[in-house]
Amino acid sequence: MNGPIEERRQHYLNVNYGLKSWLLTTDHKRIAWLYLIVVTFFFFVGGLFATLIRLELLTPQGDLVQAETYNKLFTMHGVTMIFFFLIPSIPAVLGNFLIPLMIGARDLAFPRLNLASWYIYILGGLFTLAAAAAGGVDTGWTFYTPYSSIYSNTHVALTVIGIFITGFSSILTGLNFIVTIHTMRAPGMTWFRLPLFVWAHYATSIIFILGTPVIAITLALVALERLFGLGIFNPELGGDPLLFQHLFWFYSHPAVYIMILPGMGVISELITCFSRKRVFGYDFIAFSSLAMFVSGQSVYASMIFSLLSMLVAIPSAIKVFNWTATLYKGSISFDAPMLYALGFIGLFTIGGLTGLFLATLGVDVHVHDTYFVIAHFHYIMVGSAVMAYLGGIHFWWPKMTGRKYPEPLARLAAVIIFLGFNLTFFPQFVLGYLGMPRRYHVYPPEFQVLNVMSTAGASILALGYVLPLAYLIWSLRYGAVAGMNAWKARGLEWQTPSPPPTDNFDVTPVVLQEAYAYDVDEPEVIYASEKAAHV
Amino acid sequence: MSDFPAIHAHQFDDAAQQHEASWLGMWVFLATEVMFFGGMFLGYLLYRTTYPQAFASASNHLDLWLGTINTAVLICSSFTMALAVRAAQIGQKRPIIIFLVLTIVLGAVFLGIKFTEYHVKFEEHLVPGSAFAYDGPLGSSAEIFFSFYFAMTGMHALHMIIGLGLLTTLVVKTARGRFSVSYNTPVELVGLYWHFVDIVWIFLFPLLYLVGRHLR
Amino acid sequence: MSTLGFPLFPEQASTMAPRVDQLYYFLFGVSVFFATLILILIVTFAVKYRRRSDDERPRPISGNLGLEILWTLVPLSLTLVMFVWGARLYFITFYPPSDALEINVVAKQWMWKAQHAEGRAEIDELHIPTGRPVKLIMTSQDVIHDFFVPAFRVKNDVLPGRYTTLWFEATKPGAYRLFCSQYCGTQHSGMIGYIIALEPAEFQAWLSGGATAVSMATAGENLFQKLGCVSCHAPNDTGRGPSLVGLLGKAVRLQSGASVIADEDYIRESILNPQAKIVAGYQPIMPTFKGLISEDGIMQIIAYLKSLKREEGAQVKK
Repeated sequence: MNGPIEERRQHYLNVNYGLKSWLLTTDHKRIAWLYLIVVTFFFFVGGLFATLIRLELLTPQGDLVQAETYNKLFTMHGVTMIFFFLIPSIPAVLGNFLIPLMIGARDLAFPRLNLASWYIYILGGLFTLAAAAAGGVDTGWTFYTPYSSIYSNTHVALTVIGIFITGFSSILTGLNFIVTIHTMRAPGMTWFRLPLFVWAHYATSIIFILGTPVIAITLALVALERLFGLGIFNPELGGDPLLFQHLFWFYSHPAVYIMILPGMGVISELITCFSRKRVFGYDFIAFSSLAMFVSGQSVYASMIFSLLSMLVAIPSAIKVFNWTATLYKGSISFDAPMLYALGFIGLFTIGGLTGLFLATLGVDVHVHDTYFVIAHFHYIMVGSAVMAYLGGIHFWWPKMTGRKYPEPLARLAAVIIFLGFNLTFFPQFVLGYLGMPRRYHVYPPEFQVLNVMSTAGASILALGYVLPLAYLIWSLRYGAVAGMNAWKARGLEWQTPSPPPTDNFDVTPVVLQEAYAYDVDEPEVIYASEKAAHV
Repeated sequence: MSDFPAIHAHQFDDAAQQHEASWLGMWVFLATEVMFFGGMFLGYLLYRTTYPQAFASASNHLDLWLGTINTAVLICSSFTMALAVRAAQIGQKRPIIIFLVLTIVLGAVFLGIKFTEYHVKFEEHLVPGSAFAYDGPLGSSAEIFFSFYFAMTGMHALHMIIGLGLLTTLVVKTARGRFSVSYNTPVELVGLYWHFVDIVWIFLFPLLYLVGRHLR
Repeated sequence: MSTLGFPLFPEQASTMAPRVDQLYYFLFGVSVFFATLILILIVTFAVKYRRRSDDERPRPISGNLGLEILWTLVPLSLTLVMFVWGARLYFITFYPPSDALEINVVAKQWMWKAQHAEGRAEIDELHIPTGRPVKLIMTSQDVIHDFFVPAFRVKNDVLPGRYTTLWFEATKPGAYRLFCSQYCGTQHSGMIGYIIALEPAEFQAWLSGGATAVSMATAGENLFQKLGCVSCHAPNDTGRGPSLVGLLGKAVRLQSGASVIADEDYIRESILNPQAKIVAGYQPIMPTFKGLISEDGIMQIIAYLKSLKREEGAQVKK
């Protein structure tokens, strides 16, 4: 209850107050909040660009904005959403908050590096916002040469410098996660007792550290080419514009796994908790994450790419079947996080299956660079990744804040988002096969009805996103007080008070059972609370 | 491995865990550096196979003597760095400082020679951009060579400058008695970093300076 | 048009279209099957196993190797079928038939320029005959574009600095939309037009209808004279440069010892960057024509050289 006893307990939020205690914190939980605020800001900035795009596409003519403005809008939408929302969101917010808690550690391996990562992210964001304020960039988020390196007269260099800087934030976060997971697990927390959320972030971190440096140097070369006229990608000087594409996609194809693997980790946690069962096929889900990291690497040669894209679909399919099987003979409740998780499974299935269309060479020739591609990746990035993010935020909200959000409103928002999403993006599959190319400011009139449907869906989707923003903020002050384990879940993070103390655990826990031990009732059998000496 | 004192950062259980984490962290960081330079090496190799004659011709404009001297200087600096790490492991404060300072001096010599080379290239109009002038029909492909030359050696030089900063910090910390037999991880890790920067140069030197130079 | 008044599926107007659509239907069927299966399972499990009391303790089921193998192998086999089927279709789209009618296309921001061998030139429109394979040889004057005809189910990138090809065979007359589908700058969505497919007889009529059109080969020959190529490239290797008769498709020995097959890209490169590949036994004295000749001009010269091969085949030197 909201009594005085609760208020007196010290935890990471009330241990000290003031702006300086937040801006100079090294507590991974506070850093997660810092990320949460900025990531939410960028989400709505990217969403604003999307709104303007969908409004323009209500009519076949270009009557809302000029062509160059439209091109800037879709570019900035992509850049903001991918580099400043999707890539950091789950790892830097939920990963940062939960990984030490889930493995029984007091913090990440390098707390000051963690704070530095946030400041680097801010700095990169400022550069990119400056580019937007100065007039924006119109190359598409893919920055294909020679348009980006020679022809475009928008703020390319400023934008790529911003992305370059932000990349280091990801690299350092990935480094921190890898070292933490390797060296700081609590006694008894063996690799195969780790929650799948941790496995997912481990695989993601490997992609962070191997892939991000390549895109960093690629974008740096584009900036240098623009500023000094080098000629590396300029066919007039003997350069090869396709070299840029190979270098770019060497990162960006694995990057899409950066954007989805953490979400899959969240879903594993939600499905198990809300069906009260161990996950079906733990080993398969864990290894499929690593398999996805490996097969996402190569982009050379259409045939190899096609085959590898097909092969990466297999681990994804395995995951979907495993999550569904986890529901079998479970005890299922339909709280908001579960609604997001179930929605994820459905939308990810559709997104993944449509990926096969794109991987199949004969069909890809027709649908490549059309709205079919746009629909496919939004099913994965919005229908899946964003839903996983929201599901995770709701699930761990009581742990992070000590408060519950209003459950009926949250369920309503989840349903609105699911319906709005489908109405927005399903018509785009049809548009794509019909032949509507992507990045089109104007389009032939026969495509209008489907575009209007899509925009109608987008307005519903926007409403769905605004609701959680409102009630989550409301709950900070007025939400019901949550206990230590609001969902009766398993996992070390639920064995410490909500909100946790600064050092996470008053006493180092010892793990005695497998992950997701939902069949065992007594927590004492699952975790001992004797302090055990490390080695 | 020598035993560790009780002092360690609060997130770690003990000094051994802290050492393990720091060591792993540096290796993971070096992996990212390999990928970073790797992108440039890949681009360089692709263009070299496309324009072998232009690259050979452009490479001959680089000063082979200065490049060779620099390679020797850098290898020596790795040696002095290794000696500094060794001295730290046996807890001898004065040799640590001497060897670190020697490493810094050698690193500075390298950078001095490098910037001399850059200056000469500037005078010869071989810096890519609007002032680039190369006689012979292979001009534009040669410009690509020099783009990679400056990008790769420039990035390497930047890493060396950062390394010099790290070494200076180590000298100050050693002078203040921060390191001992039981705690010298920073020296060890900066050593790893310095060796890595050296290895990058070992690859850069033949690829950039020794294209098509046969003993006649 | 569907009964709704707006289209839901593109029309089929090429030999490739039904084949692509067939594979598409297969993928669609597999997708509907699995999506429906997952949906039914989720709904069924959610209803049947909904929580009825707070102290339910479900029996743990940690896995079933047989099921894991099943749902690994079944998707794997299906994707392999998709891969092989798709790859075979892709091979067909990649290699044009040898008897295809060749048309040259130059893309620039923001228009399509097409030139027929017989001389007629078009902008943002391309007239073609039905019932005959047509091969487009394309290049860009500036950035990367993409030539896309939904009704034919074909597209390919159009790159600066080299040639790419695209082929199709139209099956029925009509006007079919042409789109640029690689973002290329401000008026990317304005870079559209039509493919006009005509019955062969009508196409011939259209072809000869252009006012005093000079064939590409003739225009190329004029350029060959005007730019002075003829002064070095005499037909029987008596000049300072090698003979160009029968060059297309021939293997050429280079000074470096390597050997290349002379294709359109090779000729284009030799005109713009002659020092890149010097033929063995010749001096590197050919000047560059960069800035002196347009992409259209290069295509005309190539057409002229191709005509040499056809006319003087009997006199080709070994």
